[in-house]
Amino acid sequence: MRIINRRPSRLLTLALGLVPFIATILVYAVASHYRRLENPADKLLPSLDSMGQAFWRMAAVPDRRSGDLLLWVDTFDSLWRLGTGMAVSTLLALILGISIGFIPHIRSALAPYIATFSLIPPITILPILFITFGLGEVSKIALIVIGTAPIMVRSTAQAVLDIPREMIIKAETLGASVWQMVTRLVLPQVLPKLITALRLGLVPAWIFLISAEAIASTTGLGYRIFLVRRYLAMDVILPYVVWITLLAFLLDRLLLLLSRRAFRWNHLGSDAL
Amino acid sequence: MLKSFARASLLAAALSLPLSFSAQAEEKTDFKVCWSIYVGWMPWGYLQDSGIMKKWADKYDINVEIVQINDYVESINQYTAGAYDGCSMTNMDALSIPAGGGVDTTALIVGDYSNGNDGIILKDKTGLADIKGQTVNLVELSVSHYLLARALDTVGLSERDLTVVNTSDADMIAAYATPDVTSVVTWNPLLSEIEAQPNATKVFDSSGIPGEIIDVMMVNTETLADNPDFGKALVGAWYELMGIMSTDSDEGIAARTAMAEASGTDLAGYDAQLATTKMFFTPADAVEFTKSAELPSTMKFVAEFLFDKGILGEGAPSPEFVGVAFADGSVYGDQNNVKLRFDPSFMAMAAEGAL
Repeated sequence: MRIINRRPSRLLTLALGLVPFIATILVYAVASHYRRLENPADKLLPSLDSMGQAFWRMAAVPDRRSGDLLLWVDTFDSLWRLGTGMAVSTLLALILGISIGFIPHIRSALAPYIATFSLIPPITILPILFITFGLGEVSKIALIVIGTAPIMVRSTAQAVLDIPREMIIKAETLGASVWQMVTRLVLPQVLPKLITALRLGLVPAWIFLISAEAIASTTGLGYRIFLVRRYLAMDVILPYVVWITLLAFLLDRLLLLLSRRAFRWNHLGSDAL
Repeated sequence: MLKSFARASLLAAALSLPLSFSAQAEEKTDFKVCWSIYVGWMPWGYLQDSGIMKKWADKYDINVEIVQINDYVESINQYTAGAYDGCSMTNMDALSIPAGGGVDTTALIVGDYSNGNDGIILKDKTGLADIKGQTVNLVELSVSHYLLARALDTVGLSERDLTVVNTSDADMIAAYATPDVTSVVTWNPLLSEIEAQPNATKVFDSSGIPGEIIDVMMVNTETLADNPDFGKALVGAWYELMGIMSTDSDEGIAARTAMAEASGTDLAGYDAQLATTKMFFTPADAVEFTKSAELPSTMKFVAEFLFDKGILGEGAPSPEFVGVAFADGSVYGDQNNVKLRFDPSFMAMAAEGAL
């Protein structure tokens, strides 16, 4: 049988999926072992054991100065910023995306502007954000919104444009008003696409969250990483990176699950990743 | 599965080879040191560009490459990871990063100390005691943080009386322009830039704690012990340039102008920064400072500050966890874990003209 037609069993699928992860841990363990042979206190590649201890310390031992459990405070604050930012972006994408995609006059007015705006690297206009929104939470959320909303608006507008023309004509023949078409025809077609846009938007959103927290902050996952980087505490940084990856992965899977549950009809074909 | 395991371990071994390649204890002829932009370190760039470094390296039959790294902390991390044989840094960061990370480090050239280059600025307030209850923007765990802690001591306050906000140095000037930022701690050239604003008052600076924020060329102790010529070449080149740049001869002005341009200012701006920096232009001054009785008490302050902030490493039971050795052979902290050494012997050779 040709290789393209041979399918792994369920168990083998799981095993094959785990191999790259185990290999990465193995590579790390060996590299770390050799570095620590030379210098037992090596900070660059600490042992898995010391990373576990550092993670435990951040998660379960109250901080000496503030008495907080740092990992949870950082996680909560970061997720709050990320969640608020993405909520604003999603709302913008929904309202602007449908307006641009459905109403030609608004499309002519806004589409070229948003397409241009989405190309500005948000980090480069940070000083303007600071002076407009201050150094507090608002500027961090604004950075996430500016970084993610334009692309999400564009992909939502495209999803509206992709609705088959025949369906719209049919709705019009049946005497639907514009508002009825938006609520009964466009929204159901667009909402699953909006969730996909949100899932893809989360990738840059994490980057902007971490950058914003690195610049001026008192808490947050990005704040902690950039703070302890000052003394090369990789034993704290690496578990935090794994933790962020895990959070991002879980968020992504939850949104996928939501989309499958709420819009079953959109997932009838074979789902990709 | 088994095959991929074997492959993975092979790959692991192959990948760990370059990673375990660090500054080995052995004789060698090629050396690399790194530096980042700061008034007292600009000579390192000039040494490389002017060929003075090459002249001295040739004298001892070695190669020395001086590399500028754009990010200060990254340069120290690179040195600590073993990518460079030496790096310019402050006494405090040398204790927390390489020494705290088990890399035995020697202070080869004590170049200068901050004498006003770091300062605390309040907006619309004029006394240090007014800082109580404010949020203070600074680079946390840096010398700015140390300066703040020492300044608060002088007015009977502690960090509990205020809120520290970690703020990137790159964004400090923009941050100061926002209404909710009322006090900052930073260093030059940012300090003078912010102080120039109409509502800003500098309420404390490092001239209040002279000799505590020291800028040093740190080198790997083992590399230095196995290759004394490396130390001699660096020290020889450094003090040749110090002799040139401390004068107002054409050569000296040309050197300072080049350094000014490299740091993004002009000769007047650079000279103004030098004025708040106590440079040790002669090796004799540097040796005297390194042998002084104040240095051990400074390092004690620094170690206690680092321990208090939890930076000396987990498992550090006390500020004395990492030993610091001084010129007279005395040690602060753990005798069996000496990782930072102030050794003026190479600078003394320069002072005696023995290089």
